[in-house]
Amino acid sequence: MTALTSPLGRLRWTFADGLTLVGRELGRLRQEPGQIVAALIFPAVMVVLFGYVFGSAIQVPGGGDYREYLMPGLFAMVTFSAWLGVMTRVAADASRGVMDRFRSMPMARLAVPFGQTGADLLTGLLMLAIMVGTGLLVGWQPHRGLVPTAQAFLLMIVLRYALSWVGVYVGLAVKNDQVADAMVPLGLPFTMLSNAFVPTDGMPGWLRFLADWNPVSALTAASRELFGNPGARSGDVAWPLAHPVTTVLLWSAALLAVFIPLSLRAYMRTGR
Amino acid sequence: MTDPIVVAEGLHKSFGDTHALRGLDLSVPAGTVCGVLGPNGAGKTTAVRILATLSDPDAGHARIAGHDVVREAGQVRERIGLAGQYAAVDEKLTGRGNLRMFGRLYHLSRRAAYRRADELLERFGLMDAADRPISGYSGGMRRRLDLITCLILRPEVLFLDEPTTGLDPRSRGEIWDSIRELVADGTTVLLTTQYLDEADQLADDIAVIDHGKVIATGTPDELKATIGDRLDVVLQDPATLATAATVLNTLAGTEPATTDAGRLSVALPATGLRLADIVRELDHAGVAAADVSLRRPTLDEVFLRLTDRKETAR
Repeated sequence: MTALTSPLGRLRWTFADGLTLVGRELGRLRQEPGQIVAALIFPAVMVVLFGYVFGSAIQVPGGGDYREYLMPGLFAMVTFSAWLGVMTRVAADASRGVMDRFRSMPMARLAVPFGQTGADLLTGLLMLAIMVGTGLLVGWQPHRGLVPTAQAFLLMIVLRYALSWVGVYVGLAVKNDQVADAMVPLGLPFTMLSNAFVPTDGMPGWLRFLADWNPVSALTAASRELFGNPGARSGDVAWPLAHPVTTVLLWSAALLAVFIPLSLRAYMRTGR
Repeated sequence: MTDPIVVAEGLHKSFGDTHALRGLDLSVPAGTVCGVLGPNGAGKTTAVRILATLSDPDAGHARIAGHDVVREAGQVRERIGLAGQYAAVDEKLTGRGNLRMFGRLYHLSRRAAYRRADELLERFGLMDAADRPISGYSGGMRRRLDLITCLILRPEVLFLDEPTTGLDPRSRGEIWDSIRELVADGTTVLLTTQYLDEADQLADDIAVIDHGKVIATGTPDELKATIGDRLDVVLQDPATLATAATVLNTLAGTEPATTDAGRLSVALPATGLRLADIVRELDHAGVAAADVSLRRPTLDEVFLRLTDRKETAR
């Protein structure tokens, strides 16, 4: 045991404790293989549901295969599940006293929120990998080579990490795992209200405005562009969709700038 | 006498308009068990949260082993263990997985954390369930795992906030045994409880708190002595109840309580009365008693008297 006195020692323990908490997430997955199975089935269901059910009636703007059009939207959807997952885990820890135990221990204080978001990154990568596999099976593929493809995935990871801090803050704010569970279905309309599944052109004006500025849309548009999938921007589009990569980066930076300090403050002050 | 290891002086804490603590003082000598008794909402949990560095007092200060709980929270955290009202462990991990994880978070090396986990599981009889997820544990087993999670670093002071609330009698007994074992190792325990028999069983000293203040302290025996012995009388004929009550009132100086048809109970003055005198007086008044017995008051009676007196004084 080393005291957390020097700044360097504190940094080292923040990292080490954070890793322990990431390991905790792996341990939980090992105990609940059902969760992995569900994570495997979910993308397949989404691809079938949207790709074949809705896709049979949807005309891709500018032509092209609907499933090629759809996959970037599903990647964005998976990315946005980050804040929900983190929120439920943080709320469960807060309501069952686990958070209090952490706070009464001589561990690095910042390790808890950083560990939670780090763990989510790990599960996120796993889900993304499964989604990519499913996409390849139904005929989706990136067309523009290695670098743009890597950039697209990097964007997803950056935005996911930023969103996971929203989850930390909301989870600490609700402090009740039942409330958090009840909030999960709210994630769906948030992702549906975008260009992920259908173009925004046909939506009523006010709705289209929301959809155009939704970060889900920016991420979807950015991936379509970087993967070379159909449905990339055409004609007169809103600013966020004309500059999707910049928009995603701005959204990520803004979320991190707002929610990291808010979450850390909430974590330090809980129950004081 | 050695210096007390837990000291609280004039702790105040408010949540909005609610004054949870209004000048709480507490002092626990090292190696003893202090039972903090109080009705719901008396401020027990708030006090424990402040002592365990989870919450800051609005006024007053507290020290654990000489370290201030606010300014030297880090040093305090290295010396304490806290088990709250629920089992604060990861439901989805196994018992062993939890202990290993918390061991690592206490900054033990991997090998030391693994060894300590096995030691604790073995010693507290959870080895058979070590590889099952906590979600499959019984309530008593969860609490026991929660308790031993606090012991990973061998804390000097252990805070137990209502450790047996909601448990069946057998599980309570097991938790009590575990606590006794810790005390034998020299750990100081501060225990809050609403069960008086729990305090009676475990505590060396008791602090009764109500409305955020300590209203009485002492050993269980001392507290019982403050309200005098109790006299229980069972009448042969319930019709003589009123007469018997008058006699007892004259002798004891307080109104006896009718606990049942034909049963009376009264607190005797601290000076004491002889059983023979009481029987003779009842006899004179024509009351035939089936049973007359003198006994020590239970801690419940002490508690009710103390908290009740406070209520009327307000």
